[in-house]
Amino acid sequence: MRRFEYHRAETLEHASRLLAELGEDTFLFNGGTDLLVEIRERLRRVRHVVDIKQIPGLSDITYDETRGLTFGALVTVGRLERLALVRQRYPNLRAAFASLGSIQVRNRATVVGNVCRASPSADTIPPLIADGAFVHIYSRTNMRVVPLAEFFTGPGKSVLAKGEIVTGITVPPALDNSGKAYLKHGRRKAMELSTVGVAVSLTMEDGLCNDIRIALGAVGATVLRAPEAEAMLRGTALDAATIKNAANKAMEECTPISNVRASADYRRDMVGVLTGRAIKQALEAFA
Amino acid sequence: MKRIVELTINGEARDMAVEACCSLLDALRDDVGLTGTKKGCDVGDCGACTVLVDGEPVNACLMLAVEAEGRSIETVEGLQPSVDTLHPLQDAFMQHGASQCGFCTPGILMMAKKLLADNPRPTDEDIRFGLSGNICRCTGYTKIFDAIKSAAREMEAARS
Repeated sequence: MRRFEYHRAETLEHASRLLAELGEDTFLFNGGTDLLVEIRERLRRVRHVVDIKQIPGLSDITYDETRGLTFGALVTVGRLERLALVRQRYPNLRAAFASLGSIQVRNRATVVGNVCRASPSADTIPPLIADGAFVHIYSRTNMRVVPLAEFFTGPGKSVLAKGEIVTGITVPPALDNSGKAYLKHGRRKAMELSTVGVAVSLTMEDGLCNDIRIALGAVGATVLRAPEAEAMLRGTALDAATIKNAANKAMEECTPISNVRASADYRRDMVGVLTGRAIKQALEAFA
Repeated sequence: MKRIVELTINGEARDMAVEACCSLLDALRDDVGLTGTKKGCDVGDCGACTVLVDGEPVNACLMLAVEAEGRSIETVEGLQPSVDTLHPLQDAFMQHGASQCGFCTPGILMMAKKLLADNPRPTDEDIRFGLSGNICRCTGYTKIFDAIKSAAREMEAARS
């Protein structure tokens, strides 16, 4: 493997200082399942890695009915995937977590790492955006909280400034009248990157949809919302015809590219299919 | 600059001197001399290097050796209960011809050990999910499934 220096940060302040002082080719090292591959395949030039796994206070998972689910930067995908609370209250997150890499990878990879990598095809991002999650960001001068939907600025790019560190993510509480789904489309069922990923989170009241968020993965420079499709669905009973029209609208709202995994046309078609299916799956919570 | 890493490997306290950028996989094979753990893809796709770290399966290629400080590592060399006895999984793999070229076998054995520890009576679907990060290009997996189910029965019979 190409040589690099390894630094073990004791505190957030220490990690942030190392990031600022060691210069450009310095990267946070958390689960390492992407970073070590990028180093080995020479996709990223890395001189220093700053391991944050010994920093105390970043491994907690908490849930309460007002604040929701909060997990720290060091919480692995596998730990959340196996959590009964996630299985029961966040089936969308559970589906995304269980489809990321392999069991071995999920035992090392963190959700915060998957988010910070900012890949448009990242599995964890669409359901977190559909759920209205936000990220907690540390810097040496202040803490800030940013809605996940506003976190990404392009493929691999986010609003994080040099020296800023994401310490955790909060997902709003899973309400009793909510339905959630995440559907991943790939060429195979396991060890696969998404060709298209669609997340839907909705709430129903008196038989009508009072809120819905649709997030589309791998069909744009960042994970996208489908605001016009959502608007067509709010206030309706989510009947088949309305769902069909909204799914067609979502196809217009996405901006896919052609690459080695699929053509833009195919991705757009799959957005239509999966948006309809995801809404229907989210509604199964009320069946 | 090499660092000294103290850890437990297959129940035995060890130390190894490694460069910071050395993977746990390279350290196990080249420094400790345990070559049972195989290097397939070296990027976390194939599962040949699967070892248990504090009981959890991980790809040894995607972990730095320096991160193993204070951890307990189990490799395929630690599977045999004694020198002349095989683990039921090893025995079943032989009986069922579940190993052809054998390169994926150490990783699959470690993954199967964890699978059966969590789930002593796995269905085909459970095994399929459990082994989805372990690629075998020879067997077509059927004999591997048979071996794991057979070992599960053996281990259950031994417990009761």
